[in-house]
Amino acid sequence: MLEELVQILANEREVGAYFRLTLLAPEIARRVQPGQFVHIRILPMRDALLRRPFSVFQAAGDNLSILYKVVGKGTAVLSRMQAGDQLGALGPLGHGFTVPKSSGEKPLLVAGGYGMAAMYLLAQRSPRPGVVFVGGRRRVDILCEQEFRALGWDVCATTEDGSYGHRGLVTEPLVTELRRDAKRKRLFACGPTPMLKAVARIADDFDVPAELSMDEHMCCGVGVCLTCVIPVKSADGWEYQRTCTEGPVFDSKEVLWEVPR
Amino acid sequence: MNLAVQIGALRMQNPVTVASGTFGYGVEYARLLDLNQLGAVTVKGICLGPVRGNPTPRTAEVASGMLNAIGLQGPGVDGFIAKYWPFLKELTVPTIINIWGTTVEEYAEVARRFDALEGVGALELNVSCPNIKEGGAQFGTDCKLLSQVVAACRRATRLPLITKLSPNVVSIAPYARAAEEAGSDALAVTNSYPAMAIDVETRQPKLANVTGGLTGPCIKPIAIKLVWEAAKAVKIPIIGMGGIQDATDAIEFLMAGASAVAVGTANFYEPQTALQVIAGIRSFMERKGIRDVREIVGSVITDR
Ligand SMILES: Cc1cc2nc3c(=O)[nH]c(=O)nc-3n(C[C@H](O)[C@H](O)[C@H](O)COP(=O)(O)OP(=O)(O)OC[C@H]3O[C@@H](n4cnc5c(N)ncnc54)[C@H](O)[C@@H]3O)c2cc1C
Ligand SMILES: Cc1cc2nc3c(=O)[nH]c(=O)nc-3n(C[C@H](O)[C@H](O)[C@H](O)COP(=O)(O)O)c2cc1C
Ligand code: FES
Repeated sequence: MLEELVQILANEREVGAYFRLTLLAPEIARRVQPGQFVHIRILPMRDALLRRPFSVFQAAGDNLSILYKVVGKGTAVLSRMQAGDQLGALGPLGHGFTVPKSSGEKPLLVAGGYGMAAMYLLAQRSPRPGVVFVGGRRRVDILCEQEFRALGWDVCATTEDGSYGHRGLVTEPLVTELRRDAKRKRLFACGPTPMLKAVARIADDFDVPAELSMDEHMCCGVGVCLTCVIPVKSADGWEYQRTCTEGPVFDSKEVLWEVPR
Repeated sequence: MNLAVQIGALRMQNPVTVASGTFGYGVEYARLLDLNQLGAVTVKGICLGPVRGNPTPRTAEVASGMLNAIGLQGPGVDGFIAKYWPFLKELTVPTIINIWGTTVEEYAEVARRFDALEGVGALELNVSCPNIKEGGAQFGTDCKLLSQVVAACRRATRLPLITKLSPNVVSIAPYARAAEEAGSDALAVTNSYPAMAIDVETRQPKLANVTGGLTGPCIKPIAIKLVWEAAKAVKIPIIGMGGIQDATDAIEFLMAGASAVAVGTANFYEPQTALQVIAGIRSFMERKGIRDVREIVGSVITDR
């Protein structure tokens, strides 16, 4: 984990509200593992002080990129920044995905919207290709499909409005695939919490292991403030664990979706 | 040039520590900065047993600051000693342990437990947490209870005691004096300010706890005034805090009457802040020809 002042190399609209940001961040780029994130200080935000967490999308040599959606103050300011501008970057942070082994289970990736960003390094570093199930509300929410295909992975897209791929939820073709054959599969998921919860239930039904990247609000990103906690099973029942430190990737069997009373 | 200050029997090599709850137990930041450069490390609040804390969302960003209602999640005395003390005791700078309880007896018991631990720098009594139902703020907003807590802890330990006051009082002077008279060696001013924010889309409060504590640069002018008033009321030293982002902010606290300062919320967005503050105080002193940092303390000129 380290802190760098990094330079923006490119910051361009990908599609709709999604942008691709490329940074010159040699130290972080060199160390990052699939599923880890960077905590970005957007300096021109002025009175909004906190950093924003983003998954590392791609890392090559000294460069690192992020795929982000404009959803609020920080991401709006970020989308107006240009090549040459500087950002504060803290990373790589968190506990990421387990990279599949060539002899191990077949990886099935499940991504919703910008959740695709957390998946690329995993697909790239996996010695065996698998299938990416990607879902979104509309066609514009299906990101970087070609880049996954270029890695030799199958991509199965779904949109809720049917404007692209299958019509419906991303979990539907996943269930179809698991019904066909659930043996020696491992799920990896990143997306909105309801999607993650659905994936956890499916993993349970079919008795396949699943790793989920949880999306929680963060403040420090390094484990000190205790903002980002989720209830997780433990030896004495349950405990709060930190999404920024013990996560963002958790074993689906350990996540409790509600705080026990 | 002398940067060292004395907080009761606690010697700090420079007047800058970190605020409880914004720096974990030190170890989390050890890879990002050299903790031994600090004046002291102050750890997250600890009570007798482990505490799970409040439901989420626990923090929310607001203009120039944030709200928090963490609910004092922590490992308890034994968990702290097992998990974090082995690291902290090896530091060359002192550790200030922030403690709390729900009764006077509990405060004293925690103080007694840490008195028995070799190498603790000082105890900071949190009598001002706004985010728990019992304990915390109730002790900090009732002069009689405050005296009882401080006196009980005084009997329980020889360690330097720092009483951390609540900003949520009409006048801080009587609380400052009550803590001093009950045997506190120093004061910490201030804790977070009770506050609230609402998400207008959902009509829900932004914190699950509904209300929380406001911290960050937006509270600095309030904290400066509290330090200035407390400093006039007592002879014991004060650790000033509230919204410090740079050396200028820290020097303001010193001039208002604080003998040392703590960096809090700024750690979350800029982990190097405390070290930058130390470097900045040094260059301010060079520029002004000040040889001893203690010359700055209370040097505000109020008559013009
Ligand atoms: C581990 C992790 C990885 C992420 N990866 C990506 C990614 O690759 N691409 C991407 O577009 N987004 C990603 N996000 C979500 C991203 O952090 C938020 O969209 C962003 O913080 C919103 O900031 P804002 O100022 O635009 O929104 P505002 O709503 O103005 O932000 C206000 C506050 O809420 C927080 N916040 C708002 N929405 C979220 C959210 N969904 N998750 C966490 N905090 C939020 C902000 O950080 C800020 O503190 C990730 C989140 C986490 C936790
Ligand atoms: C997330 C968070 C957790 C905190 N936890 C504690 C705590 O456990 N005990 C305590 O005495 N103060 C706690 N505080 C208060 C700080 O120590 C400090 O008094 C306050 O934040 C003001 O300083 P700042 O504006 O620089 O943050 C906490 C503050 C924050 C933001
Ligand atoms: S964001 Fe601070 S502990 Fe996770």
